[in-house]
Amino acid sequence: MFTPNKTYYPYISPFDPCKPIKVKTYSTPPNLYMGFQPPNLPQFSPMEALRAGTLWKPFYDPYFSPYEKVKGGQS
Amino acid sequence: MWVYEKKLQYPVRVSTCNPMLAKFLIEQYGGADGELSAALRYLNQRYTIPDKVIGLLTDIGTEEFAHLEMIATMVFKLTKDATPEQMKAAGLGAHYANHDNALYYENAGGVPWTATYIQAKGDPIADLYEDIAAEEKARATYQWIINMSDDTDLNDSLRFLRQREIIHSQRFREAVEILKDEQGKKRIF
Amino acid sequence: MKQLPAEYYQLLEQLQAVDFVLVELNLYLDTHNGDEEAIKQFNYYVSERKKLRKAYESQFGPLMHFGHSYSGTPWDWDDAPWPWQV
Repeated sequence: MFTPNKTYYPYISPFDPCKPIKVKTYSTPPNLYMGFQPPNLPQFSPMEALRAGTLWKPFYDPYFSPYEKVKGGQS
Repeated sequence: MWVYEKKLQYPVRVSTCNPMLAKFLIEQYGGADGELSAALRYLNQRYTIPDKVIGLLTDIGTEEFAHLEMIATMVFKLTKDATPEQMKAAGLGAHYANHDNALYYENAGGVPWTATYIQAKGDPIADLYEDIAAEEKARATYQWIINMSDDTDLNDSLRFLRQREIIHSQRFREAVEILKDEQGKKRIF
Repeated sequence: MKQLPAEYYQLLEQLQAVDFVLVELNLYLDTHNGDEEAIKQFNYYVSERKKLRKAYESQFGPLMHFGHSYSGTPWDWDDAPWPWQV
């Protein structure tokens, strides 16, 4: 299944001093895939749009800290 | 000219007095990829860009000032009434010595804002590519600040600002496409 | 010192929501100037914002300076609170 959150597995040395982060992540937001925005994309209601930070659903890409217990954010 | 509207673009709530977070957030106030840099960059480039994309630079540049005001509000609230002791403990002792609790255009390391953060090359593609890069860098900065913040109310506002970077990047990418089009050709829907 | 009623925050947020739709449509139209549906939607929200703005200003004072809002008597543009204070 598609996810904009990509992962990679960096090389880990037995001599790395910090506890290794085995899986590294980075985000590839929707604007990288959209090309020129087509007309009539599905929209949020005005109040939802304000809360989302965009009017168009396909652009919505909320970011939550991997270090905080996710509150309100699924995935 | 510009006119001021007496409201924030998005509601800003801060749950705790936390000058340490303010120190990090100031990166988006007076840092290289912050909102001041963004506003000044776009509003300055617009004089020498093809007419077709002047409107976009004007509008995004103007929205950046609304974001600057949101960041200012966060920093203001995070440090309002913080004591010198609290400022010192948050790593803001040097800031306090120079500015008390006032805001200042500086980055998280205390380095004052400089015009060298922004470019105007006079080449439309070079300028728009800088703008796209600036939006992605600002998006990344918001991610790193969210990673360090446990203020859920504040993170909500930061998520809004990060989402705006994504939309701005999208529009700048479209501006590049418009400039690749033949002169005078209309886009059909 | 005067405190703001809960209604202030509700009305403000409604205005922020409509204004946000206008910002989004504005930026979209800057790169899609032929999208008539979006223009229609934009103009619809322009008239929606007029109503909300009127409701807000009649209770909480002018939103804009330099003649873009009417003043009450006495002059109330410079009344606190300012956006970063609420």
